Amino acid sequence: MIPPAAFFVLAVVLFVLGIVAFFVKKDLLTQFMAVEVMLNAGNLAVLALAKASGRPDGQAVVLFIITVAAAEAVIGLAIIVLIFRQRKSIRTDDLRDLKG
Amino acid sequence: MARYFWLIPLLPGASAFVLLLFGRRLARRWVAWQASAAVFLSFALTLAALARLTSAGGGAAPLSKTLLPWIASGAFSASVAFTFDELAAVMAVVVTGVGFLIHVYSTAYMADDRAYARYFAFLNLFTFFMLVLVMASDIVLMFVGWEGVGLCSYLLIGFWFDRPAASKAGMKAFLVNRVGDAAFIIGILILLANVGSSSFAAINAAPGSGLLGPGLVTLIAILLFVGATGKSAQIPLYVWLPDAMEGPTPVSALIHAATMVTAGVYMVCRLSGLYTASPAAASVVAWVGAVTAVYAATMALVQHDIKRVLAYSTISQIGYMFVGCGVGAYAAGMFHLLTHAFFKSLLFLAAGSVIHALGGEQDMRRMGGLRKRLPVTFPVFLVGALAISGIPFLSGFFSKDAILTGAFAGGHYAVYALGLAAAVMTAFYMFRLVYVTFYGSERTSLAPGAHIHESPRAMTVPLVILAVLSALAGLIGLPVLFGERANVFGRFLESSFAAAAHHLAPATEIVLILAATASALLGLGLAFLLYRRSPGIPARLAGRFPGIYKLLLGKYYVDEAYDAVIVRPLVRGAEAVYENFDLKVVDGALNGSASAASGAGRGLNVLQSGLVRDYALAFLLGAIIFVGFLLL
Repeated sequence: MIPPAAFFVLAVVLFVLGIVAFFVKKDLLTQFMAVEVMLNAGNLAVLALAKASGRPDGQAVVLFIITVAAAEAVIGLAIIVLIFRQRKSIRTDDLRDLKG
Repeated sequence: MARYFWLIPLLPGASAFVLLLFGRRLARRWVAWQASAAVFLSFALTLAALARLTSAGGGAAPLSKTLLPWIASGAFSASVAFTFDELAAVMAVVVTGVGFLIHVYSTAYMADDRAYARYFAFLNLFTFFMLVLVMASDIVLMFVGWEGVGLCSYLLIGFWFDRPAASKAGMKAFLVNRVGDAAFIIGILILLANVGSSSFAAINAAPGSGLLGPGLVTLIAILLFVGATGKSAQIPLYVWLPDAMEGPTPVSALIHAATMVTAGVYMVCRLSGLYTASPAAASVVAWVGAVTAVYAATMALVQHDIKRVLAYSTISQIGYMFVGCGVGAYAAGMFHLLTHAFFKSLLFLAAGSVIHALGGEQDMRRMGGLRKRLPVTFPVFLVGALAISGIPFLSGFFSKDAILTGAFAGGHYAVYALGLAAAVMTAFYMFRLVYVTFYGSERTSLAPGAHIHESPRAMTVPLVILAVLSALAGLIGLPVLFGERANVFGRFLESSFAAAAHHLAPATEIVLILAATASALLGLGLAFLLYRRSPGIPARLAGRFPGIYKLLLGKYYVDEAYDAVIVRPLVRGAEAVYENFDLKVVDGALNGSASAASGAGRGLNVLQSGLVRDYALAFLLGAIIFVGFLLL
């Protein structure tokens, strides 16, 4: 039996890894993946709590989140592809149109 | 037909509306016909309403109609309501009758003008506002007309606005009238606050019913009279009228001789209840009128511009009307208003005919000998001059005599003496005008071959009609000497005024009539001597008394004095305010807030780097702070 604290530690480690990756990497695709990692770290924390409380509804919520995240990933990736087609680059430093 | 009397003001108003909107697209003939027809229909309605008033043999109830409610505020209310009583009838006859003749005259006089439709639109609009002023049932609506005619006066004085003198004269008229109107508004407000009703009936009854104390009545009456001195060009606010001669001559005849400038007299007559209740205010009216009559006449003695002589004469004659009102002879004042409307508009229109014949020349020194060249204008001008001079049995004789008799009978002997002096001068300057313009040698600056021609029929026919009226109108107001019932005019207006006329012994009255006649003949004789018999005398007199001559020619330098004491300090003050307050405070505050905003924007826009990482960092910091708050 794995203690619940281990799940939380893993979730925190994954989340921090996601943050670090987001700030270190400079291409949009990797940063997108970093965000996905953070999302799934959150998912893991919810699952751990659900298991600890012994109720099934938390796990059901996580299933929903995974489904919605899949849809969101499709749209996000499509946007990235379109940006690449237009700009021939997905380096975030090149995408500075919002500079004031 | 008389029950449609409320259409009297509305017809010219509707015509003005159409002309203002579509005038530029309408044919000239149509414009002229429409404008004249609207005023003629008003005139016909006025006569019908007048017939209704007189049909009952006097004592008929005035026609009145409320068109729509206007202001309803607590206990106070005012509505757009017209009343056609005896007093309004006299004015309405003048406004529509003389107004119609002047419209007809204008169709020819203005024939070559570019802005034909604009001219007639303004003339119709003026007629509308003047009739509103005359027929208003309450003082608030009267004030609307009062301001409206002022506006039209401004528009028509400055009609040829590309001439700097004309647009300046228009502004001067408007601004000088503002001074009077400020006092007028204060008077109305005090009146409304104390009486609680704006109707003339209530106001005239207020002093008697104790709503207004004697001091308050005097205050209100004098404030309203200050407004009248502006509109009717009396001391001290007369300075705009001579300059107003920059407008077209028919305008001078209609607005600045016959109708608008007499609105002040009409107002005093309309509120006779107030002026009768306050002897102090009444004597102010009488004295201002008498002094103005003499003062303006002295300036008319030496002017060279034919229209300016007539302008000063108008100021002087309105002074007479105020004398009539001030001494309690309201009917005499209104009678002089009526006859003056006839002979002064005649004189102006005839002068316009002279100016027209000479291609725009207004300086009498370059006229002369026009008697033969203008076979219609000369006799009608002569009739007008005889009438205004008070030569027996012409209209001016009776009306002027009625006023002077009223002053004498009321015991105002000094005012009477001033009136008599003004009568001498009136005859003198009018016949100076006649002799210099129509007699002597021709001194025109026109090319020798130029043909001086008589004006077209559209101009001469109104002149002849006005001449007949100027000659005969006096017969409706014969002195009591001719029998108790001879003064048809006075009896017609009897119910309109609070004051009863004084009566004199027949012998005294004969003496007064002889004195008036003698003074008229004296003035006429002097003019004959100086300007016909031995024309060298005026120049020698001017040489002998250069100070007096220059003072008169310079119009007592009142314009210069007003300029130095009032206008220039105001302009300088306005410039100081502009430089210090407008430029520094107002503009400074505006520019300051704008540059503060743009500076803040420039400072803050470093935050908007456009880099995804920067935004994400801000987001992360925000999340950490938020979570930190939750945990701690």
